[in-house]
Amino acid sequence: MGIFDILGPVMVGPSSSHTAGAVRLGLFARALLGGPPRKAEMALHGSFAATGEGHGTHLALLAGLLGLEPDDERIPEARNLASDAGLEVQFTLADLGEVHPNSVCFTLEGSQGPLTLCGSSVGGGRIQVWELDDFPVELDGEYPTILMTYPDRPGWIAVVSALLAQARLNIATIKAHRTARGGVALLSIQCDQVPPESTLVALRSLPDVVSVRFVPALGGHA
Amino acid sequence: MNTLTLCSAVEEANGRGIALSSVFLAREAETSQRPEAELQALMSTRIAVMRHAMKRGVEQPQFSRSGLVQGGAQKLAAWQAAGGGLLGGLFSQMLASALAVSEVNACMGRVVAAPTAGSCGVLPAALFTVADAHKIPEQRLNAAFFTAGGIGLVIERLASLSGAEGGCQAEVGSASAMAAGALVELLEGTPEQVEAAVAFALSNLMGLICDPVQGLVEEPCVRRNALGAVNAATCAEMALAGLRSPFRADAVIETMGKVGRRLPEEFRETARGGLAALPFPPHA
Repeated sequence: MGIFDILGPVMVGPSSSHTAGAVRLGLFARALLGGPPRKAEMALHGSFAATGEGHGTHLALLAGLLGLEPDDERIPEARNLASDAGLEVQFTLADLGEVHPNSVCFTLEGSQGPLTLCGSSVGGGRIQVWELDDFPVELDGEYPTILMTYPDRPGWIAVVSALLAQARLNIATIKAHRTARGGVALLSIQCDQVPPESTLVALRSLPDVVSVRFVPALGGHA
Repeated sequence: MNTLTLCSAVEEANGRGIALSSVFLAREAETSQRPEAELQALMSTRIAVMRHAMKRGVEQPQFSRSGLVQGGAQKLAAWQAAGGGLLGGLFSQMLASALAVSEVNACMGRVVAAPTAGSCGVLPAALFTVADAHKIPEQRLNAAFFTAGGIGLVIERLASLSGAEGGCQAEVGSASAMAAGALVELLEGTPEQVEAAVAFALSNLMGLICDPVQGLVEEPCVRRNALGAVNAATCAEMALAGLRSPFRADAVIETMGKVGRRLPEEFRETARGGLAALPFPPHA
């Protein structure tokens, strides 16, 4: 925490949690999708559902999906920008259970396939993504992040961390998640440095790997 | 580096014979590993965003979707221009400036959260109004914002800057304390006077609840930004005149944090208590 966290972020109002954080959730989802979505359904929970309209939360989520940063003055026009971009949009209200009051689940379709992502805006523009394609995760978008899925078998984490060590990448956090034993597992790695393309290529060519995605650190943070 | 408190910062400033802003700037340069000149340039860009929002809010009346914000800043500016100012033009100008930035925020314009979006009007209104009236050079204004930021860091560490955690006293109250201290430095007061202004400002707003009508950052939030700015000027002036605080600012800050934690949840940004609990829209 520094002085520019106190005198910042620069953002489009009215609320760092309902607006700036919502933009960042949209940006994170867009980055994971690997490009602009063609179709987006967003289920709003709690305070996002109750006061989202007045806070511009809908516009902010859309703006993030369209790649706008939290201080972009075009955020209020996000609906028009979405329709210009041919993005099919639907908002619903949902009870997502015992989660943070400012939460949303995205169901997206992009050129590289579908994606579901659930996350919360936890204050000051900071976010927490807690579900990705049915895997429980813990991601905050503050770090360059590698996400890979692979068959749940012994030895994967050792192989992956050796590859990262070769590239001199320091791991800030690493977590393995799975939906069932022996099924497909998801490994999320938040790094201190941006991994070189060669490392991502090496990860993608590991035998039996299902997918490897990379998400850069989000800008405009709290 | 020792832990940051206002007491330790004042001691360091006095020991080295420098202003509090220099203590905070040097500390920021060390923790962020960035040169001071780069940090000052970044501060200038934040100041420019604040100035732009202030101008916009006064010149173009802002209307929110809810109807709760209806160009209040422009009304005040017009009232002042017509000679209506009760306490002179400067006072009306400070009120108009606070409303302007806060209304731009409510209407999805670009602002600097300082320390939060809900309290973004306090610092620009207090600092720009006084700096412009006293023709204070940009460099000193830039320095005063580091004082404000440093005070904010201490409050964040010893208490809270979040309405959901500590009520409005933690947002508008903290912004007001940051502005009060920065105003003292802007007018070349001593580090002790900065500290006294911070203690006064937080004491005056102690216990202020967060009760946003409809959960929106509009009513009563926008006018409370004007209150925060005026309270900052009030407290800075009392500190500069030599009034002393019986308590160290750190103790007042910690007390604000304790009061915040004991506030019932309905008074902490849940929109379930206070003004937020009144029937809305009100019956005619």
